[in-house]
Amino acid sequence: MIYFDNSATTEIDESVLDSYLHVSRKHYGNPSSLHAFGEETANLLKQSRKQIASLLQVDEEEIFFTSGGTEGDNWAIKGTAIEKDTFGKHIISTTIEHPAVTKSLEQLEMTGWEVTYLSVDEDGQISLDDLKKAIRKDTVLVSIMAVNNEMGSLQPLDEIGDLLKAYPSIHFHVDAVQAIGKIDLSLAESRIDIAVFSGHKFHAPKGTGFIYLKKGRQLAPLMSGGGQESGKRSGTENVPGIVAMAKALRLLLEESTDKQAVVRSLKDELTSYLSGFNKVTVFTPAASAPHILCFGVRAIRGEIIVHALEKKGIIVSTTSACSSKRKTKASTVMDMGYSKNEAESAVRISLSHVNTLEEVHQFKAAFDDIYNQLKEIE
Amino acid sequence: MEITEILVRYGELSTKGKNRKFFIKKLHRNVRLKLESFSKLKIAANRDRLHITLNGEDADAVMSRLRDIFGVSSFSPVVRVDKSIEEAKQAVVHLIKENFKDNMTFRINTKRADHDFEYDTNDLNRILGTVVEESIQPLSVRMKNPDLDVRVEVRLDGIFISVETLDGAGGLPVGTAGKGMLMMSGGIDSPVAGYLSLKRGMEIEAVHFHSPPYTSPQALQKAKDLTSKLAKYTGDITFIEVPFTEIQEAIKKHIPEDYSMTITRRMMLRLTDKIRGKRNGLAIMNGESLGQVASQTLESMLAINEVTATPILRPLISMDKNDIISIARDIDTFDLAIQPYEDCCTVFAPSKPKTKPKLKKVKEMEGSLDIDALITNALSGLRIESITQDDNSENLSEETYESLF
Repeated sequence: MIYFDNSATTEIDESVLDSYLHVSRKHYGNPSSLHAFGEETANLLKQSRKQIASLLQVDEEEIFFTSGGTEGDNWAIKGTAIEKDTFGKHIISTTIEHPAVTKSLEQLEMTGWEVTYLSVDEDGQISLDDLKKAIRKDTVLVSIMAVNNEMGSLQPLDEIGDLLKAYPSIHFHVDAVQAIGKIDLSLAESRIDIAVFSGHKFHAPKGTGFIYLKKGRQLAPLMSGGGQESGKRSGTENVPGIVAMAKALRLLLEESTDKQAVVRSLKDELTSYLSGFNKVTVFTPAASAPHILCFGVRAIRGEIIVHALEKKGIIVSTTSACSSKRKTKASTVMDMGYSKNEAESAVRISLSHVNTLEEVHQFKAAFDDIYNQLKEIE
Repeated sequence: MEITEILVRYGELSTKGKNRKFFIKKLHRNVRLKLESFSKLKIAANRDRLHITLNGEDADAVMSRLRDIFGVSSFSPVVRVDKSIEEAKQAVVHLIKENFKDNMTFRINTKRADHDFEYDTNDLNRILGTVVEESIQPLSVRMKNPDLDVRVEVRLDGIFISVETLDGAGGLPVGTAGKGMLMMSGGIDSPVAGYLSLKRGMEIEAVHFHSPPYTSPQALQKAKDLTSKLAKYTGDITFIEVPFTEIQEAIKKHIPEDYSMTITRRMMLRLTDKIRGKRNGLAIMNGESLGQVASQTLESMLAINEVTATPILRPLISMDKNDIISIARDIDTFDLAIQPYEDCCTVFAPSKPKTKPKLKKVKEMEGSLDIDALITNALSGLRIESITQDDNSENLSEETYESLF
């Protein structure tokens, strides 16, 4: 099997799984316990936090463990809403966010919050002018993703950050689930207040994740209880998952520039290959994250390509896994100015550094066959 | 522009008369030990300064270690350029720009070891001063107490320039004042008392009382971790664990509650003093601050101190809690110290300890204890180990679990 659906989820790394199993078997103590057995687990937790913080060059106190990207986004948005609702009830976001963001915002809208959704241009980027115009006195949160999960398009985070420097009281939340290891975020120097990460997108177990919360920023907890994670996120810590995630992050970020270059070269190879077909449109803009490539074959629904490739042992997806079964429109593609028909043809290839050039060649051979076959039935 | 050497200035050493040589030797040794891992360094001590030649070692890493050495009043990173006036000009302007503040004052202070150099010190002062004034504004020259003192030294092998002066740790070199025993409880105060003792040149050994199962292994580890924090300033510290369970049980059984604290402290002091005698210490240090708790009133001190004539040094005696906490934060012991493990001072703590114990009563009550036997038993169970900066539970667990990460 050739797995090209790494933005949906990734294969767990073998050595990461080893750590997960070892901690599950040997260190099952509760980190909050008084005895030394629990203390050992607390040490593992502490060491994980330290490792993740140092890999991202931030402080340990700025890392909070969660169950993944959806929880992180919900927390960033609703936590800010609870924390700041006496200061204002307006939020700015974009039309191309992950459902974890848009559904959270819709929920807030039902309780009297106002949300301005910024649209994107043909490169999938918002306009800074639009953002500036949208900021109001009662804006408390700007929520913008780093890398779009369907298109790989990037947002001008630095410029947005510069703009927001004039509004120090606004929380700047970035869904960085697709960005980690793919683009450099420089969290400590950035204006970003909250960044959300998910473990299973970088070869760690599912059910793991963390958020970065800049020192001095307040975020109301959504999980109340035993006071874990400095009282900000209660619930017995998933220590095996957290240790495994810390390891996976190290493996991801070690020589990450090289890994990004490898992934980028595979994508370039695929892009130039696909651009050679006159019925193929590459939707992903040139300036994009190195691992995501969205394209479509004219008049052929994306799922037909997905199934045809699957038959040949190659796994890709239509758009995001979270919406692909629900038959919603490929919204980001349309938001970027393409027609409904074009949007419905969208297929997403998402790569990881574990993919190889050999796999890309096999993909090409398979796609050649499929393309010729589809040409005939047309 | 690369930093090629670091100039280290001695602190109060300069005033120490005949002992000067001894102090400098100690300091030289402490610096050498602290910088041992940088194998390419060359360290040379002379009457008023220490020259550290980097030979390619990382200047920031070296300076960050220098900050922890007592007896260093300040140090300066030095940049070397080739022996050309143009290079010197460029370097001086560059260094001032890096440290520039509006309307600052500066002076150029040149020394010339190489008397064959084409310009003499007056020329150099004038040439470099002029180029600075021409290329950077607003600033002005001032000879007395300038904001920036630009030191330029022309030697045979180049021109050496420094502008920055960074504060050292101050104090006196560890080991110049003799050895004392630090009563290390595991709270906020005793590590600070240890730090201040080290700062005045003392060598310290930590004495910790352990009462299992009334005190936990974590409490013992915490005392060791705190000791490890102090080891940063001296290399390694001897840690002495005293078994105290039997004594605490005897006190609980035989001594009225309101006097148990006073007598517990007397036992601790007796033991510490015995250990001091065996190990050739000259004093005992603790973290007492006047009036802070019941054992730290003058009446209590009188009743407790009565067991020995050894000098008991109380570096924190006149300090407010907030000042102590602020030092604890600086030396990174605060977060450790506030971890909630019981130590032997709290485990049998009476609800109402005497704040004004009477010595006569204390002595009467102690009659019901077999003090000599208790002391001998405790001393026979001492556990002595050496703790370095790296010997803390965090590092230990990091090593144990390395493969998991």
